[in-house]
Amino acid sequence: MPRFEYAPAPESRAVVDIASSYGLFIDGEFVESASGGSLKTINPATEESLADVAVADESDVDRAVRAARRAQEKVWGPMPGAERAKYLFRIARLLAERSREFAVLEVLDNGKPIREARDVDVPTAAAHFFYYAGWADKLDHAGFGPSPRPHGVAGQVIPWNFPLLMLAWKIAPALATGNTVVLKPAETTPLTALLFADLLRQAELPPGVVNIVTGAGATGAAVVAHPGVDKVAFTGSTAVGKRIAKEIAGTRKHATLELGGKAANIVFDDAPIDQAIEGIVNGIFFNQGQVCCAGSRLLVQESVAEEVVERLKARLGTLRVGDPMDKNTDVGAINSAAQLARITDLTKAGEEEGAVRWTADCALPEQGFWFAPTVFTDVSAAHRIAREEIFGPVLSVLTFRTPAEAVAKANNTPYGLSAGIWTEKGSRILSMADKLRAGVVWANTFNRFDPTSPFGGYKESGYGREGGRHGLASYLIEGSTR
Amino acid sequence: MPDATRLGAMTSTVTTPSSESAHGPHPADRTGAQVAADAAAVIGTADLSEAGLRRFLQGLPGVDRVGADGRAAQLGTRSIKTSAKAWALDLTISMIDLTTLEGADTAGKVRSLVAKARTPEPGDATCPRPAAVCVYGDMVTVARDAIGTSGINVAAVATAFPSGRAGREVRLADTRDAVAAGADEIDMVIDRGAFLSGHYRKVYDDIVAVREVCHEADRPAHLKVILETGELATYDNVRRASWLAMLAGADFIKTSTGKVSPAATLPVTVIMLEAVRDFLATTGVQIGVKPAGGIRTAKDAIKYLVAVNEVAGEAWLDPDYFRFGASSLLNDVLLQRQKLATGAYSGPDYVTID
Amino acid sequence: MRATAPARIDVRKTYKLFIGGAFPRSESGRTYEVTSAKGAFLANAAQGSRKDARDSVRAARAAQPGWAGATAYNRGQVLYRVAELLEGRRAQFVSDVAAGEGLTERRAQDVVSAAIDRWVWYAGWSDKVAQVAGNANPVAGPYFNISAPEPTGVVAVIAPQESSLLGLVSVLAPAIVTGNTVVVVASEDRPLPAISLAEVLATSDVPGGVVNIITGRTGEIAPHLAKHMDVNAIDVAGALGASGITWGELEAEAAGTVKRVLRPAGDDEGSWADAQSLNAILAYTETKTVWHPKGM
Repeated sequence: MPRFEYAPAPESRAVVDIASSYGLFIDGEFVESASGGSLKTINPATEESLADVAVADESDVDRAVRAARRAQEKVWGPMPGAERAKYLFRIARLLAERSREFAVLEVLDNGKPIREARDVDVPTAAAHFFYYAGWADKLDHAGFGPSPRPHGVAGQVIPWNFPLLMLAWKIAPALATGNTVVLKPAETTPLTALLFADLLRQAELPPGVVNIVTGAGATGAAVVAHPGVDKVAFTGSTAVGKRIAKEIAGTRKHATLELGGKAANIVFDDAPIDQAIEGIVNGIFFNQGQVCCAGSRLLVQESVAEEVVERLKARLGTLRVGDPMDKNTDVGAINSAAQLARITDLTKAGEEEGAVRWTADCALPEQGFWFAPTVFTDVSAAHRIAREEIFGPVLSVLTFRTPAEAVAKANNTPYGLSAGIWTEKGSRILSMADKLRAGVVWANTFNRFDPTSPFGGYKESGYGREGGRHGLASYLIEGSTR
Repeated sequence: MPDATRLGAMTSTVTTPSSESAHGPHPADRTGAQVAADAAAVIGTADLSEAGLRRFLQGLPGVDRVGADGRAAQLGTRSIKTSAKAWALDLTISMIDLTTLEGADTAGKVRSLVAKARTPEPGDATCPRPAAVCVYGDMVTVARDAIGTSGINVAAVATAFPSGRAGREVRLADTRDAVAAGADEIDMVIDRGAFLSGHYRKVYDDIVAVREVCHEADRPAHLKVILETGELATYDNVRRASWLAMLAGADFIKTSTGKVSPAATLPVTVIMLEAVRDFLATTGVQIGVKPAGGIRTAKDAIKYLVAVNEVAGEAWLDPDYFRFGASSLLNDVLLQRQKLATGAYSGPDYVTID
Repeated sequence: MRATAPARIDVRKTYKLFIGGAFPRSESGRTYEVTSAKGAFLANAAQGSRKDARDSVRAARAAQPGWAGATAYNRGQVLYRVAELLEGRRAQFVSDVAAGEGLTERRAQDVVSAAIDRWVWYAGWSDKVAQVAGNANPVAGPYFNISAPEPTGVVAVIAPQESSLLGLVSVLAPAIVTGNTVVVVASEDRPLPAISLAEVLATSDVPGGVVNIITGRTGEIAPHLAKHMDVNAIDVAGALGASGITWGELEAEAAGTVKRVLRPAGDDEGSWADAQSLNAILAYTETKTVWHPKGM
């Protein structure tokens, strides 16, 4: 029994109303799906059913794309940027005003801790709209020549790990540049997107500018494949990203792909050790490790490896795993049974291949999908847990002797989304940053996100950037290179 | 849905010890020779020269300021409610060094402060008492007499507090007076000028000398070493000064005099908690931490307790190892305590002024 | 055929591949006849194979870190030097282009001038692209944050089929200026300017392996590059007008490793007169964003 037992500090569920069923949001209103099909979305922390959500088929997607096209040609495209901007500012403000509601709903649907939904997901989503709002009437100055043009209709497919934040990353730049949107939320986390539709009602956004079609993989595929979609933006697995790239080959559809990762978090012997430990923890246990840029491979200099691992384990002993609605929870639920199975499978492979497993000793709830924070040591570069994206709270620890070896090991992956460097030596940071093949390099920090900061990968982690001025490029004809 | 579950027992030798092993001998019970031996063991050589100390202190891992601030801010988001809050409020009271350090202090003021410490909540015997009252050296006798057998300690600031700008003999005489007058605890200041100019050995020697004076009493006075972190300017310096003070024999390391802004901050306290945690892992000696100055609300105090709990470990959740140097904090804690008891928000007329 | 031999017999050139700074024959031992636009025999070009493509990728990958690691100023100078050498060999390029593309000498002169000027234009971007395409990002926190373009790595360039020099320069120069290395599949029917360019590159300061040029059947070689797992990007413009392959098919192959694909600008090759753009450079770059805390 700990001396300082934090009493339960549950966030109130009452701040959000969840309907028993949801239709598709097309042309400014909720409509039934053509097929009448639906899926259940559940709370992964309890497995309780939250709502029935309509499944859009090809005809529904077609309706949505047509609505988006009409809105783009008649309303949103011709609208002066300054007016578009004001809608986006409205959205940003409304998100901030309703932040608690969005945060709670995100927790219920996703399983992430309320602390993260409240302090990261929702405010960053609002900030993203606020940032891109200001671009809408300044596109002439964005470096793409005078009067850069939108592609038209953007088909956007987003993942379940940051449902609202990924929605913001997709919708904000698309609308700022004059595109209209057909967005497909993830199968397991549609609710905040549907609440966002209600927010659009309050913003009085013209019908058809944003359409939200829920469903599973087939719905996303229909969005991507629809000939009326000019621009595809996808965040998700590399496997699906490859399928999308293949699907649109030869069609001249433009694409942004934000795919998987297996980031190296490199700790040198002169690192600011306590902050490095925090960075390692934040790197792999933030959002239960269900982050494409997670620092899932810890590369630690051999001379300090033992000390770093010991300190890390001690720190993990203070992580609080459990009810995502509790304000003191650090690690919440895994998003789905399928994801839990994948994590379990890969960690099993790690043990079978000879890595040494350490799992935090904590009681896990009986209902719901849970995985205790886990660290593998004695991991070799050949192990599956060192190569494959686990997308869970599982850290693989490898060691290195020299900076060159650290670079070689860090880059030894088909992915290239992010990397971390921990050292007090400035020139080493800059040299390492140059050599790491990753789209985001965090030096003496990790997992920082900002609307002004471009995010996206090298190699099989995808292409295109989201955030910052660069995030405008792929939504503009003049800025698109692919 | 079960409560959030704290992860299991600590397994590391590097960090938080189990609560069983933590309360070994008090650091103040070490002889000067033991302190020196511990220091030599930490540095890896008996060479406690200026150069030796510099090599060690400057070889400590750096502190990234932004990361440290971020960690502190995150600890500050813990939500401590109901039973946890009640427990934390009482613990806070028991950790307070109720302080008056004014040029205008009088015997009457000090007696009033002691009375407040003896009876923080009139009519509520369950209310704990502060750990100590903290006064200038010339008020120790007054405080000692007023305290009687209540068990509250008398802490005295000494060594030409707050600046420390006096010769060593004067600083030692100041200390000796307070110890002779019956101070249980001495809060000394380090020579920040010496520290900032790299004269680590001077700082070390000062502390050793003051500690010797503390041990002249029958029952050694516990030594708190004030780093005055607001003048040290960087977190790297806070870490170095923490280690230097511990090597020299501090029983507590304390943030501030309260006369310099910024005084105690949560990030600085976190860094000092990391230092005592690591010192324990290295030497087996558990040193205390005392943030002082600027902690005025129960809400702030609880953030510090969360930091103690999660950074150093629960072994430090004890007045022997963690103190708050504060004056107005006590009344805010009492207001919160009343609120928890009655359910109604209280007001300043319902707590006593000291 | 002439009835009599000329007074002096020309020494003819053997056209070979350009891989890793050397001029090997195709490992397949194959050659194919290259004729002028009017059908006259010009040369036997090496008919490169998938294994030649593989060797080229290996050479390009080996050369890439060094090329990217050179200072931007140095890359600019090295590439500018290429333009100097092109000017010096102008006569040969005019002759190659005139024969291969069936242009008058005057028109061929114009094309060669445009190609040299284009090379100069791209060379000058080496130390400017990061300034134009990079950003300091004002994040909401105490962090230094900067984004800058970096080379994507190894680029496969399926060169235009018709514009054998200007088109080639227009797709090659933007790829290498930022530090990428390339494997070029030269125009199938008009490969001689590409090999002449290789000779220029070989005598310039461009390190071996930065540019590798394969002649042969586009439809045979390009798919292997499109699916080669150690190629980061591919320009598929040259698939227009190539037999046995479409750019869409190459793009689909490229999807297997998420390659960056630069598509043809239009449905036919068109004129390369205006084909110089910053986007042609940026197509083969990756934006890297670096964060660092700012604290005392």
